[in-house]
Amino acid sequence: MAGLRVLMERVGNLSIFSGQFLLQVFRRPFEGKELIRQMDEIGTKSLVLVLVTGCAIGVVLSMQSRGTLARFGAEAVLPSMLALAVVKEIGPVITSLVLAGRLGAGIAAELGSMRVTEQIDALEVAALNPFRYLVVTRVLACVVMFPLLTVACNLVALGGGYLEAQLSSELDYRLFVDQAFASLRLSDLIFSTAKTSVFGFIVAITGCNFGFKVRGGTREVGQAAMQAVVVSSLLVLVANVVMVRISLMLFG
Amino acid sequence: MSDFESNHQPVVAIEDVHKAFGPLKVLKGVSLRVHRGESVAVMGGSGTGKSVLLKHIVRLIEPDQGRVQVLGHQIDRLPPRDMDEIRLRIGYLFQGGALFDSMTVAENMDFVLRRHTELSVAERNDQIMEALDWVDLQPTATQYPAQLSGGQKKRVALARAIILQPEILLCDEPTTGLDPVSVRTVSDLLVRLQQRNITIVIITHDLLCAEISADRAVFLYDGKVLARGTLSDLHGHDHPLLQEFFR
Repeated sequence: MAGLRVLMERVGNLSIFSGQFLLQVFRRPFEGKELIRQMDEIGTKSLVLVLVTGCAIGVVLSMQSRGTLARFGAEAVLPSMLALAVVKEIGPVITSLVLAGRLGAGIAAELGSMRVTEQIDALEVAALNPFRYLVVTRVLACVVMFPLLTVACNLVALGGGYLEAQLSSELDYRLFVDQAFASLRLSDLIFSTAKTSVFGFIVAITGCNFGFKVRGGTREVGQAAMQAVVVSSLLVLVANVVMVRISLMLFG
Repeated sequence: MSDFESNHQPVVAIEDVHKAFGPLKVLKGVSLRVHRGESVAVMGGSGTGKSVLLKHIVRLIEPDQGRVQVLGHQIDRLPPRDMDEIRLRIGYLFQGGALFDSMTVAENMDFVLRRHTELSVAERNDQIMEALDWVDLQPTATQYPAQLSGGQKKRVALARAIILQPEILLCDEPTTGLDPVSVRTVSDLLVRLQQRNITIVIITHDLLCAEISADRAVFLYDGKVLARGTLSDLHGHDHPLLQEFFR
């Protein structure tokens, strides 16, 4: 019962925090310079991690699937299967979970440290809006960068899958690309990529929420970072279920 | 003459302020008046509510009961935009400096100037260098806070706090953790600020700092004002706690 109460409190807090974001996001002054800095921070510094993850996913998926497909004489559908799996589900979800680990914890720890060292108070005392400067910029940066990083992850995953297939069965490059993209609809591409903006929002708003509310010292900062990762990862998975259901209703 | 008997309009007037955090009552009816150009030290042991009191002056904390008036405005009733106008007239030196880690020393100061003034880049740079020169730290302009010593951080934070030329300066433990030479340096800087007619409220339990930079002091104990007056008044007070504190 107590656990349920804590969960409800957290969901409530997060909802109010998200509401605050919606109130602040269109208000001037816009922190353009900080937004670009955050996009660079989030995008550039996460790129290698995302690319390595994507490559590993593609290679492993190709290795694991080929044997099973061969047993049914369906090795030819490997490119289509890879493309559908990577672009529709695995790419967006794994990228978002990897970024939830890196950014959720990073954002919560950074804002938590700023809170305990009074840097957030210093912004407020300097008549600056800490929410707009720290939260709005990070959330917007994640909303923009998650889809871009997902596209990069998808491309590298398909590249890794092709590389593995090529080494194992000398699959022709053109054939692989033709089959892979023939199986994808434009709506699949757009929806699966766009949904990562929602995941970006979830990861950033959760990290900011946990970081912003830190009270105490370094122990609480560590706890906030850990909780941000757990909560944002769970929310990403739940949101994915909801959005897949919506996409099936809309596009079949 | 007590604070409340003064006829002059105070720039900071805290009246019967109570503040609790959950079951913990931190302030239990504190009153304090500070007049223009004065330097007042708020002293007392750890956990007596000194920093909480200071945060009421910039509305980082709101009172549960009582009134806080700053520069003629009752700030607990001001809308956020008006409160920001008041905040721009106040400098705040945080206990740990609260410099922004991700910015250099110069950027820390420019950050505030850029948003609140119409100055050109060159004019802002001049003002930053002048402020850093005043605290004798011009060479640190391109360094990050992590590269500075404790005393340097305090002085940079002081330079940042006065960059907008405030009328009031609030200092939360400006000399805590510093060596005696740095204590004297920071305290002397506060004296020079007072000579510019800046009103200063200093939270401290550092006697040297209070002696150098404060005209009078208020001693807090258990969330209440135990004594007030000049430092020599407090020195000669017959309360055992004050006698112990000033021994």
